[in-house]
Amino acid sequence: MKDKKFVILGDRDGVPGPAIEECLKSFGGEVLFSTTECFV
Amino acid sequence: MNYPVIRGAAYALIHAPNLLLAQGSTQTMERAKHPDSEYLSKLPQHLRSFEAAVNYAPNQAYIGNLLPDELNNIAKPWYDNPIEGSTQGKFGEIMDETLFYALIKISDSFDLVMLEQSFTEELKARLASHPLFAHQASLLKDGDDLADIEKRIREHGAQELHMDGKLVGCIKRAHDWDVNLNSHTMLENLVVKASGVLALKNLIAKNGISADEIEYIIECSEEACGDVNQRGGGNFAKSIGEVCACTNATGSDLRGFCAAPAHALVQAAALVQAGIYKNVAVVAGGATAKLGMNGKDHVAKGMPALEDMLGGFAVLIGENDGVNPIIRTDVVGRHNIGRGSAPQAVIEALVTDPLDKVGMKITDIDKYSVEMQNPEITVPAGAGDVPTANYKMIAALGVKRGDIERQQLADFVKEHGMPGFAPTQGHIPSGAPFIGHARDLMLAGNMQRVMIIGKGSLFLGRMTNLFDGVSFVIEANTGKVSATAGDTDAVKKVVAEAMRQVAQSLLEEE
Repeated sequence: MKDKKFVILGDRDGVPGPAIEECLKSFGGEVLFSTTECFV
Repeated sequence: MNYPVIRGAAYALIHAPNLLLAQGSTQTMERAKHPDSEYLSKLPQHLRSFEAAVNYAPNQAYIGNLLPDELNNIAKPWYDNPIEGSTQGKFGEIMDETLFYALIKISDSFDLVMLEQSFTEELKARLASHPLFAHQASLLKDGDDLADIEKRIREHGAQELHMDGKLVGCIKRAHDWDVNLNSHTMLENLVVKASGVLALKNLIAKNGISADEIEYIIECSEEACGDVNQRGGGNFAKSIGEVCACTNATGSDLRGFCAAPAHALVQAAALVQAGIYKNVAVVAGGATAKLGMNGKDHVAKGMPALEDMLGGFAVLIGENDGVNPIIRTDVVGRHNIGRGSAPQAVIEALVTDPLDKVGMKITDIDKYSVEMQNPEITVPAGAGDVPTANYKMIAALGVKRGDIERQQLADFVKEHGMPGFAPTQGHIPSGAPFIGHARDLMLAGNMQRVMIIGKGSLFLGRMTNLFDGVSFVIEANTGKVSATAGDTDAVKKVVAEAMRQVAQSLLEEE
């Protein structure tokens, strides 16, 4: 994950974007775009 | 503590395939971007008949004719295994779109709805035979010429109303330039009002409630009414109460995406417990935009377009009568701003934090009513089985806390959860659909405690990335009612009088 670039599509009823963002940052990843979508 | 009670709950469904085609947001956006798309050409062949919608088991569960757990005994897919349904339910009713057009018309205070003359005659006869609306049939008036309706659509951008492939009416814009009063917004808002009316009328009729008992109404759907100077000024609540003859009520609109019903119910409970109002109705109408929301996936998979139902509900919160289930206002969960959006943090905030305050375990709640979206609608669209995902998260937290063993996880989901049975109408599935069943089960002595959980996607409004959620517990009434403030005052007066008499007699002795 380190130094890789990420685009995040989170799910409001699964794992939301900000939570995925925190995980990836802790591995040294770079988040280019993060969003959370609601499908219901 | 004298907890408020749930005096009744009502649920309404409207089968709305024509509104789905013309006004559902997936369809309107597709028409704008790809007017000749394969989806739009195929969609009409995937629409259900009214009969199929009535005999669809989840819809029967929503209006109270079937317990949600009983859906486990019906083979899937439920749309291929119809049951013998009824338009009338223990808690409400399912209405067809034709009659609903009549409800939209009688809910229209500004002469915005035009219905063709012969269609109006048909509606008058039908409305006159509906027990809840017969006295309002004259509000349909005489109808309009089809040529006038066509002109309004052609020259003034009115929204078309169709039935059986024919144009039967339109909804006009309420202002020439105001974007918040354009015909599309007026249609969406009148649908909220009319479906809210249907729910509130059922609440009053099916629970022995008098309309003039209601002192306050909180409307908690997802639309906003207002003009260019106040987009969400309101007030759906009072407008719905007006049609339902709630002459002693005022009200207001509360918004919080899908979490709004849970917020509204907590606030209604607080208003009653504080003694500000004796009876508060929480009402929600349906969402036109969400009709056919996941239609592309349903059509691609050869399924019926199941998101053809508008939903509504109404719940009455009243003073403790020693009979009806209580709202435990001391067991309320909230997802606070500083909590973070990780799934575990959300479930802790909504489930275990409130339970910990009163020393309950997660197994002390018989059933959790989370977001009860029908999985048959969401799974084919890739959104998963939302209720089951929530139950698994609650169970996992229970394992982590030691409330249950790891091997009990699957059983917990089965025993403390239930299949999703509500239409994907945003706020409609969010906790509230089980309140009617819970009240019934508690009154019959078959259930002790339920937690209602509402969650909201605040980030959709682009004001914050925050998530939201509120929860509360409903509990069977023990029959013990504490002295009210009025009674306490009376006791104090008697004691004070006795003290005065003692003092007087002592003075006389001296």
